[in-house]
Amino acid sequence: MTISWLIDWVNNSWLGFLGVPGAFILAIIVSGLAIFGLVAVHAIVAVYVERKVSAFMQDRIGPMGQGPGLHAGKWGVLQTVADALKLLVKEDIIPAAADRKLFIMAPFILFLGAFIGFIALPFSETLSLANFNVGLFYILAVSSFGIVGLILAGWASNNKWSLYGAMRSAAQIISYEIPAAISLIAVVMLVGSLNMQDITRAQTGIVLGFLPNWFIFQNPFTFLAFFIYFIAGVAETNRTPFDIPEAESELVAGFHTEYSGMRWAFFFLSEYANMFIVCAIATVVFLGGWQSPFGEFLAGPYWGLLWFMGKIIFLVLVMMWFRWTFPRLRVDQLMSVSWKFLLPISFFNLFGVGIWELLSG
Amino acid sequence: MGVRQTEEMVLNIGPQHPSTHGVLRLKVKTDGEIVTAVTPVIGYLHRCFEKHCENITYEQIIPYVDRCDYIASMNNDFGYVLAMEAMLEIEVPEKVQYIRIIMAEMNRIASHLLALGTFGLDVGAFTPFLYMFRDRERILDLFELTCGARLLYNYMWIGGLSHDIPPGFVEKTYEFLDYFLPQLDEYNNLLTFNKIFIERTADVGILTPDLAINYGVTGPNLRGSGVKWDLRKDESYSIYDRFDFAIPVGTGIKGSVGDSWDRYWVRAEEMRESVKIIRQALDQMPRDGDVREAVPRRIRPPKGAIYSRSETPRGELGFYIISDGKPKPTRVKMRSPAFTALSVLSEISQGWMISDVLAILGSLDIVLGEIDR
Repeated sequence: MTISWLIDWVNNSWLGFLGVPGAFILAIIVSGLAIFGLVAVHAIVAVYVERKVSAFMQDRIGPMGQGPGLHAGKWGVLQTVADALKLLVKEDIIPAAADRKLFIMAPFILFLGAFIGFIALPFSETLSLANFNVGLFYILAVSSFGIVGLILAGWASNNKWSLYGAMRSAAQIISYEIPAAISLIAVVMLVGSLNMQDITRAQTGIVLGFLPNWFIFQNPFTFLAFFIYFIAGVAETNRTPFDIPEAESELVAGFHTEYSGMRWAFFFLSEYANMFIVCAIATVVFLGGWQSPFGEFLAGPYWGLLWFMGKIIFLVLVMMWFRWTFPRLRVDQLMSVSWKFLLPISFFNLFGVGIWELLSG
Repeated sequence: MGVRQTEEMVLNIGPQHPSTHGVLRLKVKTDGEIVTAVTPVIGYLHRCFEKHCENITYEQIIPYVDRCDYIASMNNDFGYVLAMEAMLEIEVPEKVQYIRIIMAEMNRIASHLLALGTFGLDVGAFTPFLYMFRDRERILDLFELTCGARLLYNYMWIGGLSHDIPPGFVEKTYEFLDYFLPQLDEYNNLLTFNKIFIERTADVGILTPDLAINYGVTGPNLRGSGVKWDLRKDESYSIYDRFDFAIPVGTGIKGSVGDSWDRYWVRAEEMRESVKIIRQALDQMPRDGDVREAVPRRIRPPKGAIYSRSETPRGELGFYIISDGKPKPTRVKMRSPAFTALSVLSEISQGWMISDVLAILGSLDIVLGEIDR
């Protein structure tokens, strides 16, 4: 399903009286709501899972109170729903010394950056909202847009901790975007297309007799590229061990120190949306997107959605595992990991992919 | 284009901040991320401990001593009752001596667990912190079994103890020791030898032996700098000379001697030694006897003064007590080991980054209750 299909469908159904512009607007609204629903549901589920996963890793039980029939139910499955409701009705505080306009704008800009990236994701063979030829480039471009929101938040709060958080975050995201992009280019070179569906289709079949023909298994250099991308991706989403912009033991809460209520929830929402995007790119580019890991078995448009989401959830769980295991790097160590290690390796890797492709014909 | 200029920024860490270990305020002068000066501001937890002591009787002081270093109350009690017993020349029964050693060493383990856990938390490792708290909980359960309190025990009295150990305590303690030793290896795997943790702490905040001695730093912080000085061995009090245990010192395995990692490592190894001491004490302890046998009815020390010191998890805890023959002391002065540890902070954290200052602070293991008193 794409937006253009939706426009056609509106035009040809009883809604045809809306005309082309009306159909266009309706299609945009419907798909926007669908993405927002996905982002919100993902965040709510992921927060719950994160709390439970961390609890089990730490020998705790995690939230147990809010279940179906509040307070009486099992496993606290409605905990994050209750939290979200609380955040919605919470008092909206804007510090007196803050720059009001920018302060209000910042979380939405950040969220927008994560949100519009969802358009180009290939959820399955037939389901992607907009299947256009520069999909991968588009996602990378718009997801770095969110950083403007971060800096605005840090600056507008008029708080030293926020400023530190924003500056660290800006430096971090810019540094890690380069190795991430270069390791993605390695795959783009092999496929010859930036279209997300094309990249996924290039990974059909079996390699070495038993492994799925995903780029992570296709040659040693793309294997390495996956790890570079994933490390850089973890850094781009500001998660441990790269969570220095919001390091709670140093910067209190970093760029969102002064935020509360719904605006704070938007920061939270965009963190989880960013995690989803980063894992989705890793899935599409290296792990075969909606391709089944068993060749033709359980393949097809509907199963494809399942595989795509399953792989993303797996990567998200790996990120959570990192978060609850590692300490945090220092800001200069973070920079040196990116510039002194990841960047040279990714350049070498890009070169390696080229040579490999040349030799293997 | 205007004239470009840079300016130093003063950052106020605390008194309300996630990692100041209580209500401490650090005035930090920063040049970007680099810290050029650190000034600790204390006194937010001042409770007039020493003045209070002049208005209450000697035995009433014990609960107040508990509240000074609230992480290691048993050790604080121990230090105070040692001073008083020396002043009154009381001979304490065997059994009491052993129970005191067991309690003090268990509290040392509990205190070090908290110190290492919060240090891990300061560098961003959340899970080890909760593991250590889980195990500390078992020690607190044993204390609760003995005296009903989990944090502030008021357990050691002048000349004896408030309660005898309950039935089953010895078995439960053996059980805990068997459980605890493998846990130490788990902490090492998870945190101590983690690459990122080593990167963050090795060679950071080096406290040279000279500097440590000049500032009067004691305890694990001093031993982390490679100075083998432990009152339990060097000025053996109570019955510490009957046990076989080693004094771990920092050797700069991961960086240089006296760095934050060394201070961490000394504490981690000390827990192992404490387990040894507790095991020996449990083996040797006489099983019967009255723990309140030597508790005096009326405490009225002769005119004079005494200075007595003991080794708490934070270092040398000293009590200087002046008596003029009345039931209330004329003056009680407490020498706080955490206070001297905090005083070196501004010296050793210059030129490091903001995150390092908090890591160094965590490695010094201060308790504000004791610093402010």
